[in-house]
Amino acid sequence: MKNRPADQHPLLQMNGIDKSFPGVHALKNVSLDLRAGEVLALMGENGAGKSTLIKILGGAYHPDSGEIVLDGRPMHVSSPTVAQAAGISIIYQEFNLIPDLTVRENIFLGRERVRHGFIRAAEEQREALGLFEKIGMEIDPNRRCRDLTVAQQQTVEIAKALSVNARIIVMDEPTAALTSQEVAHLFAIIKDLRAQGIGVIYISHRIDEIFDVADRVMVLRDGAHVGTLPVGSITREMLIEMMVGRSIEAEFPGRAVRLGPERLRVEDLCRGDAVRGVSFSVRAGEILGFAGLVGAGRTETMRIIFGADAAERGRIFVDGREATIRSPRDAMRHRICLLSEDRKGEGLVLKHSVRENFGLPNLKRFSRGVFVDQRTERSAFAEYIDTLRIKVSDQEQIAENVSGGNQQKVVLAKWLAHRADIIIIDEPTRGIDVGAKYEIYQLMNRLAADGKAIIMVSSELPEILGMSDRIIVMHEGRVKGEIRDVAGARQEDILAMAIAEPASVEDRYGRSE
Amino acid sequence: MTKLFADYGMILVLVALCALFSFLTVKEQVPSGASAADVLLQQVGVDCGKMDTILVVGAANRDSALLAESLDRKLKGAGFSNTRTVVGSPRDARLALDDLQAEGRKLAAIVTAPDVLKWRVLERIAETHPTLAGCKLIVPKSYYWPGFLKWRNLLAIVDRIVVIAVIAIGMTMVIITAGIDLSVGSLIALSAVIGTLVMKHLGGLDAPAWVVLVGFLAGTLACGAVGAFGGFAVAQFKVPPFITTLGIMLMARGLAFLITGGFSIYQVPEALSWLGQGRSLGVPNTVLLLVVLYVVAHVFMSRTRLGRYIYAVGGNEQAARLSGVPVKFVIVFVYVISALAAGLGGCIQASQLKTGTPNMGVMFELYVIAAVVVGGTSLAGGSGRILGTLIGAFIISVIQNGMNLLGMESYTQQVVLGGVILGAVLLDKVRGGKGITAFLPFRTGSSKERKRA
Repeated sequence: MKNRPADQHPLLQMNGIDKSFPGVHALKNVSLDLRAGEVLALMGENGAGKSTLIKILGGAYHPDSGEIVLDGRPMHVSSPTVAQAAGISIIYQEFNLIPDLTVRENIFLGRERVRHGFIRAAEEQREALGLFEKIGMEIDPNRRCRDLTVAQQQTVEIAKALSVNARIIVMDEPTAALTSQEVAHLFAIIKDLRAQGIGVIYISHRIDEIFDVADRVMVLRDGAHVGTLPVGSITREMLIEMMVGRSIEAEFPGRAVRLGPERLRVEDLCRGDAVRGVSFSVRAGEILGFAGLVGAGRTETMRIIFGADAAERGRIFVDGREATIRSPRDAMRHRICLLSEDRKGEGLVLKHSVRENFGLPNLKRFSRGVFVDQRTERSAFAEYIDTLRIKVSDQEQIAENVSGGNQQKVVLAKWLAHRADIIIIDEPTRGIDVGAKYEIYQLMNRLAADGKAIIMVSSELPEILGMSDRIIVMHEGRVKGEIRDVAGARQEDILAMAIAEPASVEDRYGRSE
Repeated sequence: MTKLFADYGMILVLVALCALFSFLTVKEQVPSGASAADVLLQQVGVDCGKMDTILVVGAANRDSALLAESLDRKLKGAGFSNTRTVVGSPRDARLALDDLQAEGRKLAAIVTAPDVLKWRVLERIAETHPTLAGCKLIVPKSYYWPGFLKWRNLLAIVDRIVVIAVIAIGMTMVIITAGIDLSVGSLIALSAVIGTLVMKHLGGLDAPAWVVLVGFLAGTLACGAVGAFGGFAVAQFKVPPFITTLGIMLMARGLAFLITGGFSIYQVPEALSWLGQGRSLGVPNTVLLLVVLYVVAHVFMSRTRLGRYIYAVGGNEQAARLSGVPVKFVIVFVYVISALAAGLGGCIQASQLKTGTPNMGVMFELYVIAAVVVGGTSLAGGSGRILGTLIGAFIISVIQNGMNLLGMESYTQQVVLGGVILGAVLLDKVRGGKGITAFLPFRTGSSKERKRA
């Protein structure tokens, strides 16, 4: 990579970047080069150093050693302002848009076109429209950002980057919250940016996307540069191995299925437009997959079963007997638990210790009278830390500081301690590393083998196909179809059910969110 | 020890303030009252024989008289049989001296307090009573000691803060659930007014002691009911706590004025002052009350299920609900506790002042919130400690007391107090919520947190 002809000299070089934080060596002599008109994918597990590297590029952090060379000239990126002036734009996962300002106001925030102290709205408007034309997406610059979809907000961020004449655009997990159509559109925009000679650094967890959008892939692991390769020369398996540091034979562990009696049956569940007459059942020892697009009503259905939201109609049967569930407490009494897709917002009290999180639904069991017996709580948690192999420094570690996979295990542990028999897992591996995913899958298999009934909502089609014993596909609040022969099913089959019209080309890698 | 400082970093601020004020208020002290009698007794024992004639003189003021009387008792008890004691004006002293001269006695010593020593009759004893001249003048030896650290001053600090500290218990719980209660200041007045009104109607000045208890209960429970109403509005209808309690604050204050017509109520039995001014087993009741309430509240918050639920609701209400925590009950509960605490605070205030007045407790909500925040409880909810709040309350009280001792003007005091509150919290924020401990050589758990960042 290093010895290219002079006319192809890199747009950006980061040479020998080294960065330490107290107690952790975040980046070890990492080098990166990016050419004009290329998309470089930056991959690695959580904590591999991707975001540290990007923050150094963006001027938020200063490297301990190493240099940044832009257009062959070394430069000192001392602050985000300097980075922006040099044409480096970073689009973070959480957008930097102010919801109550309009698109136009957001694009020109801090750089308003002003004459005599007054903002020249018409000029800004013209410019904004020009930017959207360049991107190829129509958004009314006078709409408030609050009212835009995630994809539209992302486009606004890109427009903002273009408006400062960015030559390097960094996108951090840009597809995390997009539907497949929107992803397709984003990729078209990225290809367009590339054609305009802009260098794009693309960070993503989703391996399939890399093959669609990137020219080269750079992999980081534990702060070290593992390698940078052209996309054409690697396979999916190689990429995973580079990221994880060991080869994973199968992405999904196998399991012998032994089905027991019916555990949960739901009849004609309704709530507004989101859930319209959903019926299904799940048996002990079974993993039932729920597939569908975002907004198909899967999460909403699960929330009703768990009592988080009220049903307008419908009946729920647990072990054959009708159950009245009006609150999560009712559901818990029937040994139903829900691992929310929004682990940080709904699953954990992030500022509290993992032990307190573990104990929260189980305090009655860990109490003598009104007093919590911390010793019982501790020893129970210690047991789960052992059996689920939860990696925490100690029981008092703050939940926020634990990695995604281990957070998920803590949530799982708290429900297992509650002796839940019907386990609903919404997006079980969202935000979880490749390596940790496998462990979560193994755990789900083990629980099913123990006779638990598991309902898994997932937007990752490979995950649905790899883990489920049976698949239910939802569309617009209804059960659209059921797949019993999972082994013989293909992603296309599910997608065909999940969307009304036939799957478009971009949907072939089977993502619905 | 490390854990103590990590949890209650503000304790260092408190200790530093106490040290500062101790240093600044050091001055010459003269023993007075009954405690001085012991010192004098020893001196007399050294200087005089048992059969010597000794004159004890005390001025008519309370301290001096107390000293003289208790010294008289002690001297006689120790076997000094020829002891005479005079309490009164300089004229009384001269008459006593005249008597002694007439009896032809040889006077060994005059024992007295320093204020009496300046009387002319004693200064010129050699001229007026030559036969008695040559007697020793024994006064308590003076010593250097900080005025701040005098027992009586320390009790004054507790007295001054007890109402705020009691209410701050409830406020801590409310703030831990990410709420706020602005109504407590007004509830002090409402409780005091209702309580004293009940006492007035049940017999007034001549009412028996149990009437006081009935009055206290009526005032406190009325506040509890108001708190339940507010808590319900917050929990069920999601009215922002700030607005809910702002409304209650205005209504409760208005109500207190309405039911009294704007006048103070003085027709209360003598027993009213027992809670705020009385002592049990030699300890002021307010101190006992504070200790008991804080121990109970601390155990409740750190050891019981409901205490854990309160933290969980403030940390993440959604996650708490989805973990089966009865969120609405918890919210109503904390507002009821806060209002009950305010009601009790009103009772204490009424007892201290022996009256119920509708303009009691104005601005107290702000001092209470300041105590809680200085004590390390985050307004964002989810974290905070009861004992931290106690420290916060004492920091505020110590600052006020110290400035009083130094004779600072009240306007200056406000500026300084506000600055210290702001500074304490700023310091906490700047050091990443680790408070004063961030400046200590030993660190607790922080390296772990930084590793993850």
